[in-house]
Amino acid sequence: MLEQHLAALPILLPLIAAPIALILGRSSFSWAFATLISACACLFAWQLLDLALANGVISYEVGGWPPPWGIELRVDAANAFVLLAVSALSTLVLLYSKDSIEKEIEASKHTLYYTAHLLCFAGLSGILLTGDAFNLFVFLEISSLATYTMVSLASDRRSLIAAFRYLVMGTIGATFILIGVGLLYMSTGTLNMLDLANRIDIAESGRTINTGLAFIMVGVSIKLALFPLHMWLPSAYTYAPSAVTAFLASTATKVAVYVMIRFIFTVFGVDHVFGSMGMDLILMALAIVAIFKCSYKATVQSDVKTVLAYSSVAQIGYMILGISLVSATGLMAGLIHIFNHALMKGALFMAVGAVFYRVGSVDITAFRGLGKQMPLTMAAFTIAGLSIIGVPLTVGFVSKWYLVTAALEQNQWIVAALVLGGSLLAVIYIGRILEAAYFQERPDSQNTTEIKEVPWLMLAPMWALVLANIYFGVDTSLTTEAASSAAEWLFQNNEMPLGNQAEAK
Amino acid sequence: MNFILDHYNYWIVVFLMMTGFYIVITANNLVKKIVGLNVFQTSVFILYISEAKVSGGTAPIVTEGATLYSNPLPHVLILTAIVVGVAVTAVGLALIVRIKRAYGTVEENEFKKMDDAI
Repeated sequence: MLEQHLAALPILLPLIAAPIALILGRSSFSWAFATLISACACLFAWQLLDLALANGVISYEVGGWPPPWGIELRVDAANAFVLLAVSALSTLVLLYSKDSIEKEIEASKHTLYYTAHLLCFAGLSGILLTGDAFNLFVFLEISSLATYTMVSLASDRRSLIAAFRYLVMGTIGATFILIGVGLLYMSTGTLNMLDLANRIDIAESGRTINTGLAFIMVGVSIKLALFPLHMWLPSAYTYAPSAVTAFLASTATKVAVYVMIRFIFTVFGVDHVFGSMGMDLILMALAIVAIFKCSYKATVQSDVKTVLAYSSVAQIGYMILGISLVSATGLMAGLIHIFNHALMKGALFMAVGAVFYRVGSVDITAFRGLGKQMPLTMAAFTIAGLSIIGVPLTVGFVSKWYLVTAALEQNQWIVAALVLGGSLLAVIYIGRILEAAYFQERPDSQNTTEIKEVPWLMLAPMWALVLANIYFGVDTSLTTEAASSAAEWLFQNNEMPLGNQAEAK
Repeated sequence: MNFILDHYNYWIVVFLMMTGFYIVITANNLVKKIVGLNVFQTSVFILYISEAKVSGGTAPIVTEGATLYSNPLPHVLILTAIVVGVAVTAVGLALIVRIKRAYGTVEENEFKKMDDAI
């Protein structure tokens, strides 16, 4: 029974749990409930990845209607891998948020926060698992609406404007995807992604399909904050509550990257998107500009959350760069970086949230002398920061290694050099913060005795992520196996577009 | 000329889409931005409904004598998209209410100035 419906559970559990969390009323009850649900979903995601790696594809017919008529949930190595990262991060952030939101969200809104978090998680799982293009739009909007609400929960009034801008940009992006899906439906008469891939006949109605491709690409690029469509991201990440930022930075944009991968590789096909449309050059150019422009922007900000937000846009550049290299290794580097970046950005934003919890500010001046006052938090920040830079023995090194390997495979020496150059900028913006924390004295005017380590419930998830940063940096077997089989699957699926894979049920 | 007349519904779609988009970009008042967003989304609804029409087809109800039906699926999709649009509008308006309470204005240039002053 449970086995049979495993594919639907990561969506259904949080979706059903969200209103229950609201009814529970008490902050601590809904916290425990939401965490439990998220942990269960994480367990199911683990099982799904196991099954997907063993059997290939799991297809689930929603409501018993066989695809392509009904909505299909389709689990393969690629989305099971991202789903595992998303559900694990969701669980850790929920653990962390119990203490963190005390300082940043009014007590009466705590249950609303947990409800919105569960809804957002349900939407993200839905985006990952669905095999239906229109269904993807609906889940995208479910998660986005929950996200706008979560951003606006902060007590700083600027979060309202950040949320409103995000809403306008996000809705335009989602509507662009809707237009693109409509144009595809117009010329193919189907919404199922595999069916779409089979029926897209470039020769017959090339213009409609290509317009659809353009709309979907621009829409997804807004959602994943690809330079120059990233303007909503820094303000939303800066003013949202820390727990929300930690969750969004490590999951929402990554899921959008996955959507782009799915549309390029499964629906339109590599040959069409990269071969005849030349999309790889556009993506590569934008990715490289994103890496440098936004890393530079990160070095001149004074608010540490903004620094990390700009760094996120730059890191998304690395993922897109991996995709734009058009090789299995490049795609694998992109997928690994989705997972690894979730680990490091989650840990970094949690550390910044911990600083806000004790000091009440996240300006770079607030970090002065914190190395002595909050040693565990700052140690976590340091290790995750080194991971962003790409120091060996951390996950950041693994992603950069595969990215550079992929670039060298194609003799793109300049790209490889630029990737390494981008890391140097990361040294500057992380270094500035570490310098303030370890080598500057705390100003005497501030009361230093009150600043001590944060509660263990905040430290534990932060350090779980930091240890994962090191563990997956040393023992790369799980991540590389999952990512390489996902990348190979996506590429091989591309070469025989008839798509009659053996379907495990 | 015929090309324009034959596809007049698509021209309406394009016109509405650009109007809505222009309002979203240029409007200074947040409520107007939401109105623009709604016009923009509505144009997409019309796009879907237009593509559902099969020339010569009747309403998709099984009756005697009818062999050609219009496609009902886009209508169903658009019912969902309308619900999504309503939800977006609701969240947007709720945010505007809170912005008005926090800043006392819903004009973008005014609260931008207030935040710079801090």
